[in-house]
Amino acid sequence: MEAWKNFKGEKWKQTIDVATFIKENYKEYKGDESFLQGPTEKTKKVWATCEKLFVKENKKGVLDIELNKISGINSYGAGYICKQDDVVVGLQTDAPLKRIVNPYGGMRMVEKSLEAYHATLNKSIYAHFKEFRKTHNDGVFDAYTPEIRAARSAGLLTGLPDSYGRGRIIGDYRRVALYGIDKLIEEKQKDLLAITDVSLEANIRLREEVNEQIKALNEIKLMAKTYGFDISTPAKNAQEAFQWLYFGYLAAVKENNGAAMSLGRTSTFLDIYIERDLAEGTLTEQQAQELVDQFIIKLRLVRHLRTPEYDEIFAGDPTWVTESVGGMLTDKKSLVTKNSFRYLHSLINLGSSPEPNLTVLWSQNLPSAFKKYCAKISILTDAIQYENDDVMRPIYGNDYAIACCVSAMKLGKQMQFFGARCNLAKSLLYAINGGVDEKSGKVVVKGLQPISGEILHYADVWKAYKQVLERVAKVYVDAMNIIHYMHDKYAYERGQMALHDTHVERLMAFGMAGLSVAADSLSAMKYAQVKPVRNEQGVAVDFVTEGEFPCFGNDDDRVDAIAVDIVKTFIKALKKHPLYKGAKHTLSALTITSNVMYGKKTGTTPDGRKAGEPFAPGANPMHGRDKNGALASLNSVAKIPYKDVCEDGVSNTFSIVPNALGTDAQQRINNLVQILDGYFVQNAHHINVNVLNRELLIDALHHPEKYPTLTIRVSGYAVNFNKLSENHKKEVIARTFHEKM
Amino acid sequence: MKKCSNTHQIVCVGNISSIETMGMHDGPGVRVVIFMQGCALRCLYCHNPETWNMQETKQQYTPQELVQKILRYQPYFQHNGGVTFSGGEPLMQAEFIYECVKRLKKHNVHVALDTAGVGTLHEPLLALCDLIILDVKASEETLYKTITGQKSMQPFLQFVSKVQELNKPLWIRQVIVPKVNNSKHNIEHLAQFVNTLHNVQKVELLGYHTLGVDKYKQQNMAYPLQGTPSLEEKEKQELQLYLQALLKNKKSAY
Repeated sequence: MEAWKNFKGEKWKQTIDVATFIKENYKEYKGDESFLQGPTEKTKKVWATCEKLFVKENKKGVLDIELNKISGINSYGAGYICKQDDVVVGLQTDAPLKRIVNPYGGMRMVEKSLEAYHATLNKSIYAHFKEFRKTHNDGVFDAYTPEIRAARSAGLLTGLPDSYGRGRIIGDYRRVALYGIDKLIEEKQKDLLAITDVSLEANIRLREEVNEQIKALNEIKLMAKTYGFDISTPAKNAQEAFQWLYFGYLAAVKENNGAAMSLGRTSTFLDIYIERDLAEGTLTEQQAQELVDQFIIKLRLVRHLRTPEYDEIFAGDPTWVTESVGGMLTDKKSLVTKNSFRYLHSLINLGSSPEPNLTVLWSQNLPSAFKKYCAKISILTDAIQYENDDVMRPIYGNDYAIACCVSAMKLGKQMQFFGARCNLAKSLLYAINGGVDEKSGKVVVKGLQPISGEILHYADVWKAYKQVLERVAKVYVDAMNIIHYMHDKYAYERGQMALHDTHVERLMAFGMAGLSVAADSLSAMKYAQVKPVRNEQGVAVDFVTEGEFPCFGNDDDRVDAIAVDIVKTFIKALKKHPLYKGAKHTLSALTITSNVMYGKKTGTTPDGRKAGEPFAPGANPMHGRDKNGALASLNSVAKIPYKDVCEDGVSNTFSIVPNALGTDAQQRINNLVQILDGYFVQNAHHINVNVLNRELLIDALHHPEKYPTLTIRVSGYAVNFNKLSENHKKEVIARTFHEKM
Repeated sequence: MKKCSNTHQIVCVGNISSIETMGMHDGPGVRVVIFMQGCALRCLYCHNPETWNMQETKQQYTPQELVQKILRYQPYFQHNGGVTFSGGEPLMQAEFIYECVKRLKKHNVHVALDTAGVGTLHEPLLALCDLIILDVKASEETLYKTITGQKSMQPFLQFVSKVQELNKPLWIRQVIVPKVNNSKHNIEHLAQFVNTLHNVQKVELLGYHTLGVDKYKQQNMAYPLQGTPSLEEKEKQELQLYLQALLKNKKSAY
């Protein structure tokens, strides 16, 4: 076949097997960044047009909404940024930054969003949808138990994907480029024929799903046609490979408004096409970078229609177009190619940006020049996060990617049921108060006794805490099973699932917030003396703590072991309950920016945190409690186990002032590489790196106009600082900066 | 250093003011910096007065404990970096540090001693150190006495000749304070002094800053340099360049 000319190997041609194609055809690159090219004139023009639109969008909140159509793979006409200069084409709607109305997840979310932006949906669409179509959100609330509702409204479980798209599913968009749509349809039809035993409910469901997938594939083909491309056959060159792959992704963000709509791991795959074209002399390095830059521009334009409440939790309008770069094929050979550099280089050519969420899969054995380039780009842009390939590869193989912030999954072979998070600090207060909420006074977790007595004894509270976590786990699992059952029923991701194997493995990702608050509070009870101050209802609303106690973040096993015990106890409790579609339980310590909102909803805790004050993000130590410098803080977080415990990720946000990293640029790069190596060699999982001055952030708080592109990383994703709320900005500034010089 | 007898052996204990696990300035690479408690000098510009008095120590460690703690950071510094004993004045607890360094050397840890050269002249310890970061308070005797409050410069000079005799690599540092030692004359004198030394890898001027003022207030102590501004970065760089031009071994200038 012409499209596969000069590609090696046979196995990947017989079935759908992108990983083998990559393995047999990619060219590892161990050199440095000196080959990289600047942006082309076309790229500059396209990007300048976008920048003007961003300014308008920032002023209005949303630039525009398509009110006469609803979401779908082929619902909208073709759209361009600048038709003559777009090297990669395709937009979610017919104009850049015009947002989609997607009511399948829930009409309430749509109504609230439109209300916030003073817009009205086409009346007949609205009426018909309301009358004839039930949404995911409707289904979920028909099935929710009183316990789930109570946990939800108390802020014990928050951020559940029960009113909009669940996201965190990564279609293997590379399949579109490598095989073309027709071959994918053919394979799905074969799979369908093989599902014969319809006495099983699961098989009936699967037959319906596969047929939906086939319809979606046909729609993707038609959508591409509106842009003048026939993607029924494989891509024949690099330009087509970028375009085909992007159409696959574009279909996903046209059809779905999931919290995280991640891209996968595309750079090395696309490098194979670039290398072939470069060798044939049909592409120059400058054109290769142009393809990357323009593709990245498209990813930066992805938008979803959200409510202001959503933005309050996940600040800055994030879409988590996460792209995983780097990682290893084997212990010795990395998957780094020139295109890994090109992707990171887009941050220089186009300026820093939160999206796409560039995630470097770090390994001790990555080529040293690549490590240094990553560190350099981190220091310059703060836009990269790092995750430990050496702990993920043994679990997920060498062709996995990160969805959202920290969630690993095998591409095209696994999908995730996203589950937000549960409040561990509030759970601890429930242990003390017998399941009564410290803010509302209502019973949220039934059948528990409050702890009495003048002093809180560690052993008593720990025992009660374990009991609470057991019960919370049950409620949490119930909520998740209901949510994902209903999501499949009412808002199934046909296009994305079409780019997965038919028999896909499923992960159900539970999460937790307030880990360091809970650990420090228990440490206070164990090593100091904690007296609760109870209100007239007998609920502990304040605590008097006498004496010193070790805090998480100082590499002190006395308290770090408590944190480890908490996560182990929680995952064990979760695993007692079977999951929808036979999913596997995973757990994360990740809050994104919801640590602020969780803090707001949680009363005073025994560690000295006052009611309403933010938690630390993710698995971070609490602000200002790490007293032994940055590496001690990293060592504490590194102890939270990934394998078998937190297999959905352990997020750590690390902020450092440039001077503390070294005196000159080269030293800073080398030192950052050493920090990353030293952290990850201890089996730590994730780190966000911010290299910036606190003074600069304070200045940006007061003069946002001076810092239009200031990007910082917050627990698993990057965000434009200006788009954060006042509270979030202050919380980021208060967060521990490592600045000892 | 404090010695207390155990039933079987003498246990030595170190008094430590604080530990910074990520030091990037006190020696090459990534370093754990141990700030030892206790100092005999009373430098006008000292920004760590809390480290002066040995009795006010915050933490005590045995050599085993401290070494164990330091080794927790080996993953970060194993390829480039190590540990730096600073202070306070580390030579006030030379025996304790020696006990630590002996153990650290078994694990191939790079050890730097950040010292003003005043304290116990502990030859075995110096012999084990990989780098001496020498804080030259002043190269001229009168100024040395003014800045440090010491009666004599002899202990410092003896220390210098000992590390020269041992041929230890040196990083030379001097804090530059406006109106105290920011004169060209002082820089010339420092250059002269450095030019008499061998094995100097780096000569670095540090700008005086006022970050220590609050600590004096908290301890109800008078601040000797009340009203003296921080040294401007630009002036520091100019002096550094001036110094560089005067050094015999140009490479050693930072």
